Amino acid sequence: MKLRYFAWVRERIGKPEEEIEPPAGIATVSDLMIWLSQRGEEYAHAFENPTVIRAAIDRAHVRADAAILGAREIAFFPPMTGG
Amino acid sequence: MAATVRLQREPFDAGSEAAKLRRGRGDIGAVVTFTGICRQDEAGAPLAAMTLEHYPGMAEAEIVRHVEAAERRWPLLGVAVVHRYGRLEPGEEIVLVVTAAAHRQDAFAAAEFLMDYLKTRAPFWKQVELAGSGRPRGKIWVDAKQSDDALADRWTPRRAAE
Repeated sequence: MKLRYFAWVRERIGKPEEEIEPPAGIATVSDLMIWLSQRGEEYAHAFENPTVIRAAIDRAHVRADAAILGAREIAFFPPMTGG
Repeated sequence: MAATVRLQREPFDAGSEAAKLRRGRGDIGAVVTFTGICRQDEAGAPLAAMTLEHYPGMAEAEIVRHVEAAERRWPLLGVAVVHRYGRLEPGEEIVLVVTAAAHRQDAFAAAEFLMDYLKTRAPFWKQVELAGSGRPRGKIWVDAKQSDDALADRWTPRRAAE
């Protein structure tokens, strides 16, 4: 699946997107954040406070307990500041 | 109903967007035009510029979803939303919401509803460049405001799914 990062999540991880294959057992957005944060310091920094991170699956907002099965694109970003 | 949703780098002309909604229509009795503008300061600090990052594809889809929600809620006769992205300087327009209805209450309410949701649900992020102070102070991501969440929440009896 493709992961996309925006704003300071993107800056902390150091890239706007990447392809990943999470291992079996990573079932939810929350699981994915925990798994990603173990991939290195930059990920740990980005996900150090997972409760503030928002997520979208295939371009629709989801909660942290959303299942990722079948997702093509998952995005992580800070709370939005548009308008 | 005629709805326009557009994301662009370029400035927009609020007057001509409002005129387009009304053209050839005799049933529209009220048009509300809201323009959000880049201020010259952020939390008291002078601003050199602001950069708006967005999630292409999702930003437009999310705005369309909210326009459709507004159409279900109020008898609207036209809606236009234009949101800019990229680098903007103080005084430049950021966002435009135009709502048209037979009566003003519906146009006012729908415009406010759309703005409240754009602030908290549309995937845009503001980064500001602070001005002056000799040494560059770098770029700072604007924090989401709890007051904006509260304004968006007033349109739903329960807290929006998040």
